[in-house]
Amino acid sequence: MNPNHNEQKKKTRVDTIQRLMAFAALVILFIGFSLASPFFFTFSNIVGILVSTAVNGLLAIGATFIIISGGIDLSVGTVMTLSAVSAAVVVRNWGMPNIFGVLAAVATGTFAGVLNGLMVAKLKIPPFIATLGMLNVARGLSLVITDLSPIYFPLEVGWNRIAMGSVLGSIIPGFDIPNGVMLLFGSALLAGLILSKTVIGRYAFAIGSNEEAARLSGVNILKWKTIIYATGGFFIGIAGVVISARLNSAQPALGLGYELDAIAAAVIGGVSLSGGDGTMLGTIIGAFIISTLTNGLRILAVPQEWQIVVTGLIIILAVYLDIVRKRAKSS
Amino acid sequence: MTDTIVQMEGINKRFPGVQALKDCQFNLQRGEVHALVGENGAGKSTLMKILAGIYAVDQGTITLKDKKVTIPNPIAAQTMGISMVHQELNLMPHLTASQNIFIGRETKKWFLLDENTQNKKSQELFELMNLSVKPTMKVRDMTVAKQQMVEIAKALSFNADVLIFDEPSGALTDVETAELFRIIRELKEQGTGIIYITHRMEELKEISDRVTVLRDGLYVDTVNTKETSIDQIIQMMVGRVIYESSPEVPEDRSQEVVLEVKNLSRGNELKDVSFQLKKGEILGFAGLVGAGRTETARAIFGADPIDSGEIIVNGKAILVRRPSDAVTNDLAYLSEDRKRYGLCLSLDVKSNITMPILQKLSNWVGWVNDNKSKKISENLVEKLTIRTPSIEQKAKNLSGGNQQKVVVGKWLARDADILIFDEPTRGIDVGAKQEIYTLLNELTAQGKSIIMISSELPEILRMSHRIVVMCEGRITGVLDHTEATQEKIMRFATMRNGSHLVETSPT
Repeated sequence: MNPNHNEQKKKTRVDTIQRLMAFAALVILFIGFSLASPFFFTFSNIVGILVSTAVNGLLAIGATFIIISGGIDLSVGTVMTLSAVSAAVVVRNWGMPNIFGVLAAVATGTFAGVLNGLMVAKLKIPPFIATLGMLNVARGLSLVITDLSPIYFPLEVGWNRIAMGSVLGSIIPGFDIPNGVMLLFGSALLAGLILSKTVIGRYAFAIGSNEEAARLSGVNILKWKTIIYATGGFFIGIAGVVISARLNSAQPALGLGYELDAIAAAVIGGVSLSGGDGTMLGTIIGAFIISTLTNGLRILAVPQEWQIVVTGLIIILAVYLDIVRKRAKSS
Repeated sequence: MTDTIVQMEGINKRFPGVQALKDCQFNLQRGEVHALVGENGAGKSTLMKILAGIYAVDQGTITLKDKKVTIPNPIAAQTMGISMVHQELNLMPHLTASQNIFIGRETKKWFLLDENTQNKKSQELFELMNLSVKPTMKVRDMTVAKQQMVEIAKALSFNADVLIFDEPSGALTDVETAELFRIIRELKEQGTGIIYITHRMEELKEISDRVTVLRDGLYVDTVNTKETSIDQIIQMMVGRVIYESSPEVPEDRSQEVVLEVKNLSRGNELKDVSFQLKKGEILGFAGLVGAGRTETARAIFGADPIDSGEIIVNGKAILVRRPSDAVTNDLAYLSEDRKRYGLCLSLDVKSNITMPILQKLSNWVGWVNDNKSKKISENLVEKLTIRTPSIEQKAKNLSGGNQQKVVVGKWLARDADILIFDEPTRGIDVGAKQEIYTLLNELTAQGKSIIMISSELPEILRMSHRIVVMCEGRITGVLDHTEATQEKIMRFATMRNGSHLVETSPT
């Protein structure tokens, strides 16, 4: 038992080192870009990276819950847009205070999550198809509600400040980190706690790891899958708030393609697409890797089309490293 | 025509942890049907898989038509004229019959598939078998019996001299079985040697010329079917049993009924299953593979829907639509396949143990009390002597016996009153087995009631107060431990409905 014990310890250590790989990659990117360009490691550019990570980061948080439970959510981008549209309708068309706009957005995201969950758990529609359907339904509804044109928030309500103002900057002068970024960090913390400390998270891992075993342990799969998808939807609703605040408008045509970036962030951060494995920290690091890469390549004046190619290669590399890591672990 | 085509001698085969075959022999002659029988795990399938090139032999010689051969893989076996029809159907449902038959060796014109030639060849095979199946029909649109026939056609398409059937009648109705027998007889006439693995005693008299009996990986005997009674064959299969210890059955059991099942039915799997479980009792469930024991357990637990029937716990009829309903009523089911149904292998010991009680361990926002989960898990790890470096160890890193204990721990944490153990000692070494037995006795001493499904008769006889025997979805007998013997159980376990096959003329 003792040598076995030591071996276990060694395995755990290797595991931890490899888990740090995503973080190490982020650090290397930072150092590399800083050496390559004097404009990269500046306060304003770092804030720029943080801001550009906020939306994708929030979507990736939502997607992470669902992917860990063994599912997939393709509808995160357009549901985010629908959430933004609901907020705009409540605030501009109905003239209600901002807080109701936020609630409307979050409720929309959560409700879409509930529907996705019911389709998957109750109707047993494969997650890929169910959420592909939801992608189109949400996209279509956004266009219908807005009559194809963007809804702009009136400047005087200050919707914009929800993401672009800085509460932190008003407390600590000069430290003007936008609220949108703080929302991302706050959400990441909350999501991390839900995932590691609550029943929702535990059951997400259990269902993703072995759904049948969880069912036979008395876990009500219908109920918990629905809750897991709804939890993901909650964070997608927050993403809807942030993106509409950044643009100070709800843009109904926006949203397609965001789902792939969100899934990419989760996967780069070590979330297993077959379910049962992953962390929120990893997902956030994954989201930062994508936006740092985009930002750095832009500063180095790499054409945008080549930036896309590089992002694609990074995804493939990240998943391949994950496979290598798993193989090393199982042998 | 009675020359020997296959001669297997001194066959040894070892799997990790178990000697599957020890010095076995077997011979097959042209134009005979040679049955191979034995209990579950006796080594029948292993022996035949060696002949079919699926397993490599550790030691021993195989002589095929007076030539010593080695059979490295199934393709080599097929080219030598040995084909096997497997227990599970190995067909691709979305392909047609002829596409299935010629899979891997498609006829081609240039680089295009030549479906016409394949269909024509398949049609010839079907005609030879007197079978009315269109070669272009998709396999998924066929009955199981027809699918079986396609499997046989595929085996025949290799021009096999030796045809191995591994429990072919398992999925077939009586009429379909009769049809199968007709085809077997025709093949026999043509001089093909046929090996027929079966659990069904009454089929032996019907179809076989000779019977070879295996027991615990050992060769027992080969006899002529005509000169031997079924009772003699069963006795050879079961053998004299030496007990390691006398049955450990405490006598003090109450008569209080904690679980009653009435007329449980589910499709073809369960037919009118009724029985009672008393408080503090171990109720053994014996039967052959596929008799419906696991199906009964899963139906009671709500894992599979039922067509009709009643489940009564402590005198109250309960509605079980899904496993969580059963758990609420203090039922627990420990599956035979721990890895698939019992554990989340990539989660740690603690998460697995606390899974059924997680909601009790959490407050209203769902926050899990980690200290409490740790304490409960640590207590159970100690109580069950689960050998693990820590409760944070992932379940997949534990040995089979310890994994089983984690599953037991899960249900002890839930404080379940009625525990259904499905093959509790499968794949567990002897020492750990003993610990599981002790544990079962401790549980009943504490007033818990246990249903134990087991395919090992000595285990059933040793542990159970009463024994329910099933065959083909029915309960065929209930024995008290004072009167139970292996022979009696085997008799009930092979008691098929109607008992004998209906002969039908080919249509």
